[in-house]
Amino acid sequence: MTLISLIPLFPLIGFLINGIGFGKISKTLVPIVGTGASLLSFGCVFAAYLQFDGTPVIVNLFDWITVGDLNIKFSFQFDQLSLIMLFVITGVGTLIHLYSAGYMSHDEGYGKFFAYLNLFLFSMILLVLGANYLIMFIGWEGVGLCSYLLIGFWNKNTDYANAARKAFIMNRVGDLGFLVGIFLIIQTFGTLEYLEVFEKAKGYQIGDGIILAITFALFIGAMGKSAQIPLFTWLPDAMAGPTPVSALIHAATMVTSGIYMIVRSNVLYSLSPQTLEFVAWIGLATALLGATIGLFQNDIKKVLAYSTVSQLGYMFLGLGVMAYSSGLFHVITHAFFKALLFLGAGSVIHAMSGDQDIRNMGGLWPKIKITAITFLVGTIAISGIPPFSGFFSKDEILAHVFEHNKLMWVLALLGSFMTAFYMFRLFFVTFKGNFRGTHDQEHHLHESPSSMTLPLIVLALLSIIGGAIGFPEIFHFPHRLNEFLSPIFEGSKSVNPEFGLIHIDHSTEWILMGVSVVVAIVAIVFAYIVYGNGKNVPVSDESMSGIKKVIYDKYYIDELYNKVFVNSISSLSKFFGNVIDNKFIDGIVNGIGSTVNLASAQVKRIQVGGTSSYLLFMTIGIILLLGYSLVPELFESLKSVIK
Amino acid sequence: MLTLSLFIIPLISGLILLNIKSKSLAGSISILASFVQIAVFVYAFSVFKDNSALLVFDKPWLSDFAIRFHLGIDGLSLVMVGLTVVLVSLIVLAIRNLNYESIPKMLGLILLTEAALIGVFSAKDIFLFYFFFELALVPVYLIANFWGGESSSKITFKMLIYTVFGSLFMLISFVLLYMRGQSADIESIKVTVSLLPNAIKHILFWGLLLAFSIKMPIFPFHTWLPDAYSKSPTPATMLLSGLLSKMGVYGLIRILLPFAPQGIELYGEIIIVLAVVGLVYGSIIAIKQNEIKRLIAYSSFAHMGLMAGAVLTLSITGLQGAIFQMVAHGFNAVGLFYIAKIIFDKTGSRNLTQLGGMTQSAPVLTVIFMVVLLGSVALPLTNGFVGEFLMLKAVFDFNHVIGIAAGLSVIFGAVYMLRFFQKTMFGPSNEQTSSITDIGMKELTVLVPIVIIILITGVFPNLILDISSSFVNSLGLLNK
Repeated sequence: MTLISLIPLFPLIGFLINGIGFGKISKTLVPIVGTGASLLSFGCVFAAYLQFDGTPVIVNLFDWITVGDLNIKFSFQFDQLSLIMLFVITGVGTLIHLYSAGYMSHDEGYGKFFAYLNLFLFSMILLVLGANYLIMFIGWEGVGLCSYLLIGFWNKNTDYANAARKAFIMNRVGDLGFLVGIFLIIQTFGTLEYLEVFEKAKGYQIGDGIILAITFALFIGAMGKSAQIPLFTWLPDAMAGPTPVSALIHAATMVTSGIYMIVRSNVLYSLSPQTLEFVAWIGLATALLGATIGLFQNDIKKVLAYSTVSQLGYMFLGLGVMAYSSGLFHVITHAFFKALLFLGAGSVIHAMSGDQDIRNMGGLWPKIKITAITFLVGTIAISGIPPFSGFFSKDEILAHVFEHNKLMWVLALLGSFMTAFYMFRLFFVTFKGNFRGTHDQEHHLHESPSSMTLPLIVLALLSIIGGAIGFPEIFHFPHRLNEFLSPIFEGSKSVNPEFGLIHIDHSTEWILMGVSVVVAIVAIVFAYIVYGNGKNVPVSDESMSGIKKVIYDKYYIDELYNKVFVNSISSLSKFFGNVIDNKFIDGIVNGIGSTVNLASAQVKRIQVGGTSSYLLFMTIGIILLLGYSLVPELFESLKSVIK
Repeated sequence: MLTLSLFIIPLISGLILLNIKSKSLAGSISILASFVQIAVFVYAFSVFKDNSALLVFDKPWLSDFAIRFHLGIDGLSLVMVGLTVVLVSLIVLAIRNLNYESIPKMLGLILLTEAALIGVFSAKDIFLFYFFFELALVPVYLIANFWGGESSSKITFKMLIYTVFGSLFMLISFVLLYMRGQSADIESIKVTVSLLPNAIKHILFWGLLLAFSIKMPIFPFHTWLPDAYSKSPTPATMLLSGLLSKMGVYGLIRILLPFAPQGIELYGEIIIVLAVVGLVYGSIIAIKQNEIKRLIAYSSFAHMGLMAGAVLTLSITGLQGAIFQMVAHGFNAVGLFYIAKIIFDKTGSRNLTQLGGMTQSAPVLTVIFMVVLLGSVALPLTNGFVGEFLMLKAVFDFNHVIGIAAGLSVIFGAVYMLRFFQKTMFGPSNEQTSSITDIGMKELTVLVPIVIIILITGVFPNLILDISSSFVNSLGLLNK
C-alpha cells in the first residue's frame, strides 16, 4: 500500500527540493537529488513487484472531487499494465537522469532542469498509476506541462518558445477529445474507476454506438499525445528541447501515453471494431508519413523525431488489429532503442560542439567509439534485424496485421524498408567517411564522460536482449510478456470472440518473419551502396527540388495548418474585437446610451463636487441608512414629531 | 450577530479610513480590519454546521413595508463571504504598497465595497439585496473615477449607467413580487412564486436576467467590460473582476433560480447558448490582444460566460462547478491583474509587443505567474480545473454540441494565456525589461497566498464543494 504511494512521492519531493532550492543547492547535490529520486522510485516499483500477487491493488488516498452522486477518488491501481509502464518510466527515466548529470552540467539552469525532469516523472507515474480516467488526465496534462517547460527550456530563443507553445496547444486539442470521452464515460457508466467501468462494459454488445463514441473521443486524446495524424506536427518541433528531454519525454515515455490509454481501455476498444479499424489506418498512415519524411532529413534529431512518429504509428497499427500486447511490447523495446538513439545523438551533438547537421559530420566512428557502437546497436534494433529487440516486437505486430488485412501488411512492410534505409543512412553519413565539419569542431571532438556513456551501454544491452520477454511461439520459448499481461485482457476475451485468435500456421509465420528480415537487409544494403563509402553527402537545402523538396519540407503540412487554423483564428480574433465588439455591439449600446445620457444630463449637475464632497455624501448616506435600520425607535419618534 | 459583524467591521473601518490622512496609519487600520474580519469569518465557519442561528441577524428596517434588515449565511453565502473576506485582504495588502495618491481613501473605499458585498451575499430580503447590489458599485466607481485619470471617468460612467440601468429591471421585478405577495423575504417569495400569473413570471425572468447579465456580464451585454477593466486603475479592476462580477452569478443562483424556474425551463437553452457564445467569442478576441489588461479582461469575460451557462443547466454539477469557479476565478483574476500591474510598474509598459525576456531578471515572478496561469488555463491539480471540469460536464450533459463548443475554450484559453506568458517572460529581453528587479517580500505577501490557494483548492476541492453542497443539494436539482 504505502510502497505504491511512495512511487510518485519521491519524484515529487525531488521536484520540490530542486525547484524551491534552485540557485541555492550546490551543483554536486542537484543531480544526486534528481537522479536519486528517480532511482528510489524505481526501487519502490521493484519492491512492489516482488509483493505483487497478480490481483490489482487499489490504493485510495482521498476523495478528490465529490459532487452529487459523482465521487472521483484520488486513487492508484497497481496491476500488470501499470507495473510494466512503471518499470519503463522509472528505469529508463533513471538512466536519462544520470545522463543529464553529464549532459547538462554546463547549463546555468542545471537545477531547474532536474526539477522539471522530476516533475515529469511524477506526472507520468500518475498517468499510468491512476485508478480512474481523471487521475490519468492529471498525469496526461501534467506531462504536457512538463513537455512545454522543457521544450522551452532555452526560452530566450523565440523559435524554441514557439515550439513549446505549439506542443502544448496541439496537445490541448487532443485533450478536449479526452475530456469528452471522460464526460461520456460518466454519463454511460456513472463512474470513472477502471475496474467498475470495464466490468459494466462487458454488458454491452459489439458495435454499440455509445462505446464507439467513447473510444473515438479517447483516441483523439491519444492522437495528440502520441503525435498521430493529424496532430503530429508538434513532435518534430519539440526537438528544440535539450536532448535528454527528447529521449525521455518525446521518445521513450510521454508519447507512448496514447498507447497506454488504449491498452488500458482495451475492453472498450474490443467492443468497437469501427474505432479499431480507424486506429489501425491512422497508425499505418502515420507510420508511412513519418518514414517518408525521415528519408530526407539532415538534422540528426529530426530524423529520430520522424522515426518516433513513424514507430508510434506502428504501435497504433498493432492496437488497431487488437494486438494490444504486441503494441505494448513495441512500447517497451522502442523505449530502449529510441532512448539509446537519442542519447547517442546527444553524445554526438556534445562531441560536435552543438552542431546537429549530419552533413557536417562524417568519420566519427574512431573518434567516439562507445557512442558509435551503441548507436549502431540502436540502429540495428530499430531496423528489425534479429535477434535485436526491435525485431521481435515489430514482427509480432506485422504478423497480426497480416492476419487482419494483407494490404495493410504490405504497406507496413514498405514502412519497415524505409525505416531501415533512413536509419542506416543516418548512421553511415554520421559515422563513416571523412569529417566534414570545421577545424574547431574537429579539434574539439571527444568521447562523452562516463555518466553519459554508462546509460548508453546499459540501453544498448537492453536493446539487444530486450526481445527476450516476448519470443514468438514458434521459438518454443514462453512469451513471458503475453503470459504476464493476460489478466489485463480478460475483458476483451469475453466481449470479442475475435480477440487473441491467430489462424496463421507455423510455416506461414516463418515465411513472414523471413520476408521482413530480407526487406530490412535489402534496405540496409541499399543504404550502404548509396552512403556507405561516406562520399555521398546529402545535398544542401537550396539545391533540393521537386518531390524531394516537398517531402523534405514535411509536405508543407505546417504551412497548411498555419493558413487554415492559425491565420483564420487570428483574423477572426481581430474581426470580432475590432468590428463586432467595438463597432457593432458597442455601437448599439452607445446608441441607447446616448438617449439615456440626454435624460441624465440633469442628474449630472449635482456631480460636480470634489472628492471630499462625494465622500461626505456617502458617509452621511450610509450612516443614515444604517441608523435607520439599527435604531428604528429613533425613527418612530422622529415620525411622530413630524406628524 | 456574526454576520452583522462581518458587515460592520469593514463598514466602520472603511468610514474611518475615508477621514484620515496618514498612509501608515491607514495601512495598519486596513490590515487590522482584514485580520479581524478573517478571524470572525473563521469563527463563523466553525459554528456554521452546528449552530447556524448565530449567523442570522434580523431586525425590522422599513417596518411600514415589512422590509427587514435580514442577513443570514447558508452554504452558498459562506463560500461567497469567505471569498470576499480573503480576497479583499489580499487586495488591501497589494494596494498598501502601490504608489497611488491618497492611499487611505482608496483603502477606505475598498473596505466599503467589502461591506456592501457581504451585504449582497448574506441578504435575505429582496430590497436589502437590491440596496447592497447597487451600493457595491459606488465605491468602485469612485476609485475608478478619482484614480483613473481623464480617460477612465467617461468609461466608468458608462459602466455605472449601464449596470444601474440593468438593476432598474431588477427593482421593477422586486416591486412586482412585493406587491403581489406583500413580502420581501426571499424564502417566503420562493414559496409563493409559483402561484403568479404567467405574464408576471415572464417579466420576472427577463427583468432579473437582464440585471444579472449586465453585471456578470453575459454576451452581448459585455461591451462595458473591456474598457472598464483595462482603463480603470488596478484596484478597481481587481474588485470588479474578482468580486463584483460574482454578484451576477450569485444573483442567478440566489434569485433567478428560485424566482423564475419556469422562465429558465422555457428560455434557459437560449441563455446557455448566449453564454457559451460569449465564452468562445471572448476567448477568441483575447488571442490577439496586445494590451495586457485588455487581454485579461476578455479572458475574465469568457470565464463568466461558462459560469452562467453552467448555472442555467440546473444541475448539481453545474451549480457546484459555477460556485467553485467563482472562488477560483476570483483569486486567479486578482492574481493576474496584480501581476499585470507589477509588470507595468517595472517596465512602464502594458503592451505585449514591447515586452519579453523578463524571466532572465525576474525568475520568482516567472514561477508565480506560471502557477496563476496554470490555474487560469485549468490544469488539473489547480483550482481552475475543478470548476471548469464540472461546468463543462454540466453543459455537455445538457447538450453535447453546446458542450463541445464550450470545450473549445480549453484550447483557446491555452492559446492566449501562453502567448501572454511567452511575450512577457520568454524571448530576448529589451531595454525596458533587461534591467528590472525581481519581485520582493512586498509582492510575495500577496502572491504566495494566492499560489497556495490555487494549489490547495485544486488538490482538495472538497474543502469548498462540501460547504456549498448543503445549499446546492437543498435545491432539488437534477442529480447529474
